Amino acid sequence: MKQQSRGANAGLVAALPIVIGYFPVAMAFGLLAKTVNISLWDTCLFSLVVFAGASQFMALDLIKAGIAAGDIILATFLLNLRHLMMSASLAVRCENVKRGWLPFIAFGITDETFSVASLQNGKLSARFLLTLQVLAYAAWVSGTLAGYLVGAALPVAVQSSLGIGLYAMFTAILVPEIKRSANVLYLAAMSGTVYVISDTFQLLPAGWALIISIITASVAGLFILKDDTKEDAM
Amino acid sequence: MTSYLPLIIGMMLVTYLPRLLPWIVLSERPLHPLVRRFLLYIPYTALGALIVRGVMEAPTGMTAATLAGIGVSAVCSWFKGGLVLSVAAAIIAVLLVIS
Repeated sequence: MKQQSRGANAGLVAALPIVIGYFPVAMAFGLLAKTVNISLWDTCLFSLVVFAGASQFMALDLIKAGIAAGDIILATFLLNLRHLMMSASLAVRCENVKRGWLPFIAFGITDETFSVASLQNGKLSARFLLTLQVLAYAAWVSGTLAGYLVGAALPVAVQSSLGIGLYAMFTAILVPEIKRSANVLYLAAMSGTVYVISDTFQLLPAGWALIISIITASVAGLFILKDDTKEDAM
Repeated sequence: MTSYLPLIIGMMLVTYLPRLLPWIVLSERPLHPLVRRFLLYIPYTALGALIVRGVMEAPTGMTAATLAGIGVSAVCSWFKGGLVLSVAAAIIAVLLVIS
């Protein structure tokens, strides 16, 4: 690593927005998990070993709806397939990373760490990525714990508002992509429509509506949409 | 309380494997273009369904507030961008709506 490659300091700076964003959302997770009657240990374990915001919230919702564990795991798998693309695109931009670090870097790939890392110029160093990820992870885990322990002490209005953070985050990830390509809007709208239809008419067993919506809309997109995914665009 | 250990372990595996695989098979031949596009579309279709689901399954009395939060976040991220700002604005908007 001769030249510029970004190190721990750059990782620290880059991590700040993620830390600020993660903490309240993680608190909402801890708080919600408690209301779904999950033990403190299991709640922390979710954040410690899964470390995937969207999947963890989805799991809570599905647990609440009484969905079987196998179906929740399948839904999680589909939801997390996107990380395959993210990891692949970061992997080719990393240089001289010792193989021993790869399992750790891979563990820390989330929508947010990916977005921030992929916006950096030039090659990425293990030091940069790991600093970014460790801080994000720390915020996620400590937020979960804080939400579980003291979340209930917050005013009710604040408690109810923390949960919106996730949908606000989904929206804030999606909207800039829509701005970039109308295809993104069509994909999201198709999928949302399929979900509404199958949910309204109870076409599918609970838990499957989400999976079927994602697959149907993605496959439909292959046929309907003009391919605008050339190279690094998406 | 039920133990969620099997669920947690299962979720850990299906979350970790897609994150890890590309790092192991770096120099594998490229994916079929259709498979690649399908995978690229998944985040957007997933987000679309998740957001709609969030509105439909909002707790009783929270539907309007949820819509307001999502709307504020959408406007904010369209014009200003930035995850932190949009999320913060949405939470504040929801607070205002329900209190």
